[in-house]
Amino acid sequence: MADLGRAALVVSLGLTFYAFVAGTIGALQKRHRLSDSARNALVAAFGSTAVAAAVLAIALVHHDFSFVYVYSHTSRGLSTIYALSAFWGGQEGSLLLWLLVLSGYGALAAVLNRRLLRDLIVWVVLVIAAIASFFAMILVAVASPFQTQVRALDGLGLTPSLQNPYMVAHPPMLYLGYVGLTVPFAFAAAAMLSGHTDERWIVATRRWTLAAWMFLGFGQLLGAHWAYVEVGWGGYYAWDPVENAALMPWLAATAFLHSVMVQERKGMLRVWNMILVALAFELAVFGDFLTRSGVIQSIHSFAQSSIGAWFLGFVVATTLFSVALILWRLPLLRARTKLESALSREATFLYNNLLLVALCLTVLWGVLFPVLSDIFLGQSRTMSRPYYDFFLRIFGLPLLLLMGIGPLIAWRRASVRSLLKTLRWPIGVSIVAGAILIALGAGSSRPGLIAYSFSAFVLTTIVVELVRGTRATGSLWVLIGRNRRRYGGYIVHFAIVMLAIGIAGSSAYATVREQKLLPGQSMTVAGHTLTYQRLERGRSSTANEVRAVLGLSGREHGTIKSGVNNYFTGDTSKEVGIHTDWLRLEDTYVIFDQQEGNAVFFKVLIKPLVNMIWLAGFVFLGGSLVALWPDAREQRRLVARLAFARG
Amino acid sequence: MTALIVGALIAVAAVVIVSLPFLLRSGDDHEASTELQDRRLMLIDERDRTLAALKELEFDHRTGKIDDADYRELVGPLRRTAAEVIQALDAEE
Repeated sequence: MADLGRAALVVSLGLTFYAFVAGTIGALQKRHRLSDSARNALVAAFGSTAVAAAVLAIALVHHDFSFVYVYSHTSRGLSTIYALSAFWGGQEGSLLLWLLVLSGYGALAAVLNRRLLRDLIVWVVLVIAAIASFFAMILVAVASPFQTQVRALDGLGLTPSLQNPYMVAHPPMLYLGYVGLTVPFAFAAAAMLSGHTDERWIVATRRWTLAAWMFLGFGQLLGAHWAYVEVGWGGYYAWDPVENAALMPWLAATAFLHSVMVQERKGMLRVWNMILVALAFELAVFGDFLTRSGVIQSIHSFAQSSIGAWFLGFVVATTLFSVALILWRLPLLRARTKLESALSREATFLYNNLLLVALCLTVLWGVLFPVLSDIFLGQSRTMSRPYYDFFLRIFGLPLLLLMGIGPLIAWRRASVRSLLKTLRWPIGVSIVAGAILIALGAGSSRPGLIAYSFSAFVLTTIVVELVRGTRATGSLWVLIGRNRRRYGGYIVHFAIVMLAIGIAGSSAYATVREQKLLPGQSMTVAGHTLTYQRLERGRSSTANEVRAVLGLSGREHGTIKSGVNNYFTGDTSKEVGIHTDWLRLEDTYVIFDQQEGNAVFFKVLIKPLVNMIWLAGFVFLGGSLVALWPDAREQRRLVARLAFARG
Repeated sequence: MTALIVGALIAVAAVVIVSLPFLLRSGDDHEASTELQDRRLMLIDERDRTLAALKELEFDHRTGKIDDADYRELVGPLRRTAAEVIQALDAEE
């Protein structure tokens, strides 16, 4: 079986390399059969990579410990679903997943656009093939998942923290996002390589970018929920380098999704969009470098390895390629129009872009600082939570406000008079909301109060937009159907507001208390009384389990179990206990800190509105899908445009 | 042994797929992108942008985001640009 996997990967490497060489010659010499052959090679590479992936999946499910990878990441006690999730639990499997998704995306993009964008696709194929060749080469020569050994009786097992349902979906979701950003990058590079820098590459990649962005965003929320229920420190986002690795390309892609509208409407920001699309791609690869290299300490350090140097080289090479390409095509990319007013929709998009990129670069600086300080100062210094929280407030709160102002400003130019008239409802509602919140005691946290008031502002804007639009068109359904992209965007804005409310509520207004309890003793936290009743001991197929049982009374009633798992592999993990009050969307979160004889040290957190964050994920997904929904009129326009151009 | 046979079959299938454009006649007649085509595409982009801007301006006016004075000031130049681009496109036909 391993031979088949290896052979399939060698075929993939051969095909992607052929696609790159043949694609380059075909594009340069306009030899169209050669270009078509390169495109077919990319499609075939997806097929052979799928065979390699199937071999690994079968080996994992059947506990074939003659595979070093299966031995290192699974054990007989592991259920089938977790055994399968070990596919992305280790480095070699993750790289194979990356190549599978990349060749699949590349093949699909090339086949779907082969007629409408023929002059671009020949270049797209060679860019994707070059990137895929790199991953195939790593899998064949450096980090093969098909190394074999004398068959062992049992494996070393999967890292305990990865044995969680969220880990079945979170990594593949992120990979779909990371790798998806290759497609817009390849189209942008193709537009510059071919010199066809008209708007077709943007139209063709809009949905690819949106899909990648959606997967990356939803994947991060799944990861945040995994951290919340599994890691056991009481939070959902620790500004861990690998968490930041997913956040950075998402921020860059968010900026791109907004600025691309300015290019479509005004023909402006053409260079900026190329920079953003390249930045998003580079940050996605850099994210994989961070996850795989272990260069920076992280809770994700289970993935450390020695292939970091390869990835660093790849990031440097592709960055230089992107910069050179943009500089070369600068004359073609220059805008033909200028910003007419600082008070216009396009100007708010520009402000939004500056804030998003500033936040992205601030996070990047925080991630790189330990490495840079080690190199230049001789000691590694880490940027801690206050650094990130500070910049999140500095850039995040104005971004939230802009989300409420932007949709109400007209394109090209708006007068102060008409703007104030349009904004009177959002301003009024946010002031009233702020006053009510102060009266209810929310003034204890200024950032929290600002976040809530701005959230009220944005929500009112969305309502005002829907009401006015419905009045103008006569029907809400018609309104949304005519511009799914815009109204899908508003649903996403609504999700971001829910996220902001959830984050502000669960961080600015959280209550934390630590106490040592003997059986029968109680503690009271923010109106909740927790009584430590007893200790339970059990044994599963992978661990010895200790659970403290606590009775909950006061505002809510129920039982919470919190404890520790001692895995047979020697690992331990804290198993937190969570009780959710769905009316207030509030959690009572209990951490079993340590045991001292009969006594247990408990850490209890009351987290108001934290469940708003998880609900926001579903709204985000829904809004993204509305915006992504295929638009037959758009496709017809693209066909008509090409037919006319060809005469 | 089975694995090697399957591997060989994959390689053969890959070679066939890659060779198809050379084996089929239909793959040879692509028209190359020309300067004329690029110029037309640029004009079409410009036309679509201007018409979209006009549509957006009308909608913003109807929903009260832009007042009458600003609307009158902005709509004229946009209509002129749209007319110019459409004329230029007609001339290309």
